[in-house]
Amino acid sequence: MEPGPNKNGSRSSSYKKNKSPLYSSSLDGLISHGLLNSWRAMIRLFKIKDQRKEEAANANGRAPAKKQSAGELRLHKDISELNLPKTTTIAFPNGKDDLMNFEISIRPDEGYYLGGTFTFTFQISASYPHEPPKVKCKTKVYHPNIDLEGNVCLNILREDWKPVLNINTVIYGLNLLFTQPNDEDPLNHEAAAVLHDNPRLFETNVRRAMAGGYVGNTYFTRCI
Amino acid sequence: MTEMGRWRDIDKLLARPGNIISPGFEPSPQLREEIGGLVRVLVVGAGGLGCELLKDLALSGFKNIDVIDMDTIEVSNLNRQFLFRIHDVGKSKAEVAAKRVMERVSGVNITPHFCRIEDKDIEFYSDFNIIVLGLDSIEARSYINSVACSFLEYDPDDNPVPETIKPMVDGGTEGFKGHARVIVPGTTPCFECNIWLFPPQVKFPLCTLAETPRTAAHCIEYAHLIKWDEVHNGKTFDPDDPEHMQWVYSEALKRAELFGITGVTYSLTQGVVKNIIPAIASTNAIVSAACALEALKLVSGCSRTLSNYLTYNGLEGTHIKVTDFIRDKDCLVCGPGTLIELDSSVTLLQFMELLGKHPQLRLSKPSITHRGNNLYMQAPPVLEEMTRSNLQLPLFDLIDKVPKDTVHVSGTTEKNDKRTTCLRKLRVVFKDQVNGVTSMDTAGAN
Ligand SMILES: [Zn+2]
Repeated sequence: MEPGPNKNGSRSSSYKKNKSPLYSSSLDGLISHGLLNSWRAMIRLFKIKDQRKEEAANANGRAPAKKQSAGELRLHKDISELNLPKTTTIAFPNGKDDLMNFEISIRPDEGYYLGGTFTFTFQISASYPHEPPKVKCKTKVYHPNIDLEGNVCLNILREDWKPVLNINTVIYGLNLLFTQPNDEDPLNHEAAAVLHDNPRLFETNVRRAMAGGYVGNTYFTRCI
Repeated sequence: MTEMGRWRDIDKLLARPGNIISPGFEPSPQLREEIGGLVRVLVVGAGGLGCELLKDLALSGFKNIDVIDMDTIEVSNLNRQFLFRIHDVGKSKAEVAAKRVMERVSGVNITPHFCRIEDKDIEFYSDFNIIVLGLDSIEARSYINSVACSFLEYDPDDNPVPETIKPMVDGGTEGFKGHARVIVPGTTPCFECNIWLFPPQVKFPLCTLAETPRTAAHCIEYAHLIKWDEVHNGKTFDPDDPEHMQWVYSEALKRAELFGITGVTYSLTQGVVKNIIPAIASTNAIVSAACALEALKLVSGCSRTLSNYLTYNGLEGTHIKVTDFIRDKDCLVCGPGTLIELDSSVTLLQFMELLGKHPQLRLSKPSITHRGNNLYMQAPPVLEEMTRSNLQLPLFDLIDKVPKDTVHVSGTTEKNDKRTTCLRKLRVVFKDQVNGVTSMDTAGAN
């Protein structure tokens, strides 16, 4: 993996200069605690460890459970702070303890998509927020920035994702896609071309798709 | 090489005193044998770096080594993963690597584990005195780090309890660059303390992939992210399945032809999909040597350890730099958190009120989670409803009647009249359930 620290000077405030940086000063505290001060101490230590393990096993007969990953914890914070727009509802299909997989439904209250209901699945990886959420649209939609497989072209989901962004930001971004569909970043280029050349036809096509019907050769299921 | 000749240099480190030894280091001609007999090392990863690590550790006197890797050997590995031969293709990397090193270094015992790191329970990891990482992904490092840090306990003064410390040595390479770092949880930064060291993966806009591909990587990502779903109805792409990779490669090739783009190869496809930069054998060798030496230093005290992050760059000349990173004192993974003592009869609601009054926390609107169980969520309403009934139950019962454990809480704090959101780690101790813990300070919990 990329060794980063010398790449970005602005990060230098996060680490301290040391007179002889090759050798540990921070470990000295540990050494004085007797962990690594001598081989004999190490031997003692290993014996204690074995003892403790036996004690632990006898005490409750089970191994300690794994901690939550940092990503899961950050997600817990994001979800507990959610402030959903009134167009949006959220559901946790796997119950209250699986926040890593959830669905949101957007019911736009203005624009071309007024009255439709569009469901998105969110998959959050353990390395969230280092990695953005994976978002797919479950509802087949006639939209320039969402393809027929449900891939979504939203900058903050890919090239512009930053760890300071959160689930709320993404939900607002998705809402924006319905009020301001954008013909410049097409994923469904036929829909984008129609939006660009003939907005009235685009509107008709969106209505037809949402009511359940064909636009060109593609069948859309009703989502109103 | 004769048996004596093999150990000549290692014994010079272990049997003689020196100027930069750890305090209290007692050199001895028997030290190497003692280390070999007592220390158990886990090597995570048996790829390019892992092969080097196994060889280097075995030649440094470690005799009880385990290695874990879920991958099988591919033809493209053979140029640098020097323990593997053409007839090994398709076999487990861990198994073949273990066998080869044992054939060459007498007296070493290497136990292979051909599985995912997540497949092993936490007890498996607790058996090792030191963990050495030769991995190529952030996810895997983050996972091992959280496991190693989960053994760490703090005393009432927030000092790490020595016998709960599980040291790690982490190596990594990417082309001509590499790093070696020493992680002593509770003392030096853990992987999560400065995860920002790892730049996020470059992600191309989907619409570029769909509409205006310009590079070979664009064509590969198109096949991987868009075309795959179009063709494979609901089947998830598995980057470790060679057939899936081959499919993506051939689709990327077609797309590249369509747009007149050159440069799509199978190994580039693997690289783009798995976000891997081609490995260089010499970088692996250098980084592994640094890691093996740190492992030896950690267990023997024959020298002070690296403090704490070494970067190597062999792109133009050779640059080596050591940076002493500092810990994130609020790190959720390795930090001590805030100690809170309470009675086992305290309900979740009473506990939440306590957090608001706690002088170091002053935490309002708390949402509480314990080992993946969400005990209470302030939002969204659907989760608040599902967790509301917990409010009247004793916290002790909600966390499976464990006398001391860690819970995490999200909420808002007020500092200098400013409200900010925060996420905190709490060490909860039920006084009436812990025997012999009388020296605990009361931390203002009641
Ligand atoms: Zn940390």
